[in-house]
Amino acid sequence: MSDFKMKDIAWAKINEDVLASLESPRKAFWIVLAVCFALVLCGAAAEIYQYNEGLGVALMNNPHYWQTYISNFVFWIGMSHSGTLLSAILLLTQADWRKPIYRFAEAMTFFSIATAAIFPVIHIGRVWDMYWVLPYPNQHAIWPNFRSPLLWDAFAITTYATSSALFLYIGMIPDLAICRDKAKGWRKKLYTAMSLGWMGRATEWIAFQKTYVLMACFLVPLAVSVHSIVASDFAMSMMPGWHVTSFPPYFVAGALYSGCAAIITLFVLLRYLFKFEAYMTPEIMDKTARLTFAIAMAWNFLNLSEYASIWYSHDMFEHEMLIDKFTGPYAGVVWTMLFCATIVPFAMAWKKVRVNMWAMFVISLLIQLGMWLERFQIVSPPLASNHEPWTQVAVWPGLVQMTITAASFGWFTMLFLIFCKVFPSVSMYEVKEMVYHRNKHGKKKLQDLEKIKDDMIKTEEGLS
Amino acid sequence: MSLSRMLENWSRLNQRDYYKDEPIMWGMSIDLNKCTGCASCVTACYAENNIPAVGKEKCATGHTMHWLRIERYWDLPESEADLAVEESEYPERGAHFAPMMCQQCNHAPCEPVCPVAATYHNPDGLNAQVYNRCIGSRYCGTNCPFKVRYFNFFDYSEDIPHPMEMLLNPDLTVRSKGVMEKCTFCVQRLRNAKGDQADKGIRGHVEDGAVQTACQQSCPTEAIVFGNLKDSESKVSKAWEDHNVELNRHEQFHEEGERGYRVFEELNVEPSVMYLDRVRDTNA
Repeated sequence: MSDFKMKDIAWAKINEDVLASLESPRKAFWIVLAVCFALVLCGAAAEIYQYNEGLGVALMNNPHYWQTYISNFVFWIGMSHSGTLLSAILLLTQADWRKPIYRFAEAMTFFSIATAAIFPVIHIGRVWDMYWVLPYPNQHAIWPNFRSPLLWDAFAITTYATSSALFLYIGMIPDLAICRDKAKGWRKKLYTAMSLGWMGRATEWIAFQKTYVLMACFLVPLAVSVHSIVASDFAMSMMPGWHVTSFPPYFVAGALYSGCAAIITLFVLLRYLFKFEAYMTPEIMDKTARLTFAIAMAWNFLNLSEYASIWYSHDMFEHEMLIDKFTGPYAGVVWTMLFCATIVPFAMAWKKVRVNMWAMFVISLLIQLGMWLERFQIVSPPLASNHEPWTQVAVWPGLVQMTITAASFGWFTMLFLIFCKVFPSVSMYEVKEMVYHRNKHGKKKLQDLEKIKDDMIKTEEGLS
Repeated sequence: MSLSRMLENWSRLNQRDYYKDEPIMWGMSIDLNKCTGCASCVTACYAENNIPAVGKEKCATGHTMHWLRIERYWDLPESEADLAVEESEYPERGAHFAPMMCQQCNHAPCEPVCPVAATYHNPDGLNAQVYNRCIGSRYCGTNCPFKVRYFNFFDYSEDIPHPMEMLLNPDLTVRSKGVMEKCTFCVQRLRNAKGDQADKGIRGHVEDGAVQTACQQSCPTEAIVFGNLKDSESKVSKAWEDHNVELNRHEQFHEEGERGYRVFEELNVEPSVMYLDRVRDTNA
């Protein structure tokens, strides 16, 4: 073993670099963590206040029953999709540039679901009875209502959270074993328990690869169905502006879009905080930006086709709602959304922008703002412009709602940063694979082929 | 909660004639010609149904709980005479009032979306709301085209000062924070009436006029008529017949003198409340 290490210094360096991220991040790491923690505390205070006083303090009112809690829920569920995209879809399509960044994307998936799952709890009127949505044997002699999209949501979220957590964990096992070999103290105990006695035997690798690819095949359709179900919360209703058949694909595209933007944000953040400059290269950023651009175009197409199908339909209420979106009280939100999510991504057409970390950081934040507003303009304007003229009043989220929204960002970032501090956020074994393949298919390709052929002949001789 | 219950065909609950063999289907008729907008029905509804009066500030933030509200509309000018009035010093020709309460839809959009089945259709044709089962997801409210569902955003019952709780109607509950509520067609009165009939040994039939809703009882012009739509002798089914309004029709076909319509019936929600259009003298 030692012989091998000496020969290939780069491989050992991968381990060292990634393991260093568990030890000494920049000072800014602690500052960001502290800010996030403070936000979470503010949000907790707001939630306690709302819980004691009643949901009215959030300034939702009687025709305006839903607001930012629902749009946040959709936003965070959406964000979780790109992690699956990056790790599962790109795994199946064998795009090897994903390897240094897929681990944190997977972690992002899991933590954004963890954030999204909080919002129904905050939103609901009697949270202490929330378990009634689950079909468990009970003395009420009543099942939940299987026709309700909210019930499908409950199933979808629990399934997606469980499988994405498993996917993240399974993919991490070989790396946890490396950590186990290097760590001391409490970390040693943690990694020993979590690496499940991984030895790196060939049989283990075969079983591991099979499981991992199978999980990926399971996760891709699951992710699509999860956001389609979230979309059906709206599409199944009869509100003008929500009752849109194209919502499921539109939501999935929007989810991938905002998620890709989030990957870019965290890419830049991690690269800086944990000194991953050698791994998260501008080349990978370029590819991620191209992917984001493609998804942005798909989303824009679906958005326009939604407007077009409303415009060319002859539904009076839908028409009125669409016009009200662009000219009514929420027009500012809609136009900002269109600027951030439709115009800003065109900046990524230039390669200079695509490889510039800080430019991409700003663009990704703008896209995320746009996509958050997109969720807001799905939920709120139809409630202020629906069938019943009596209810047509604009309602803006109050301080409580905005504090909890900000806290959700703090909560997500806090969990994510803690994860990156405790677990390797760059996949060591996959990066090694990548390095190996690149060497192999590079200049030395022909020699290697000769060598492999020789090896094979030798093995066959040995077998016979 | 049994397996057979779960394997039942749930979609049949969505069929409008699911309760067609039941003897009672409560319905209403509101004559907008007679409505003066005096709001005594609203007041009676508050008193009968223990609805909290939320006060000025919460009213301003839209937390009002009126199960029955009077909607006021100003008619658009229709004729030359109308336009002349519009331009004059006093442009109003009087408002158009529409008392709006839960329409007890027979194909209610609020029912299928509730995750815990807290709102369902009962055999008497009422859209029942089970407060104890409600978890407050408010999906029913967003999906209601009439927006007549009211959510308890605060714990209003706690704010009742001491002797005032004596004013509460003992026939029904005081709702707590976090549940949805709405017009029930005064279901407590309907249950009492059915109970009285049952005491006399009559089941499945309530005499027309034996039960009144609070809004109907208090309406000075008798604009509101309430009764059993399945009883062809009742006042309300006669009114429906007179104005040629039928269930399971998405638009009503009117001849001379027929003014009946149901609000948003083109949405296929099958409301149980018929409105009679207001007649205006356009030549005045």
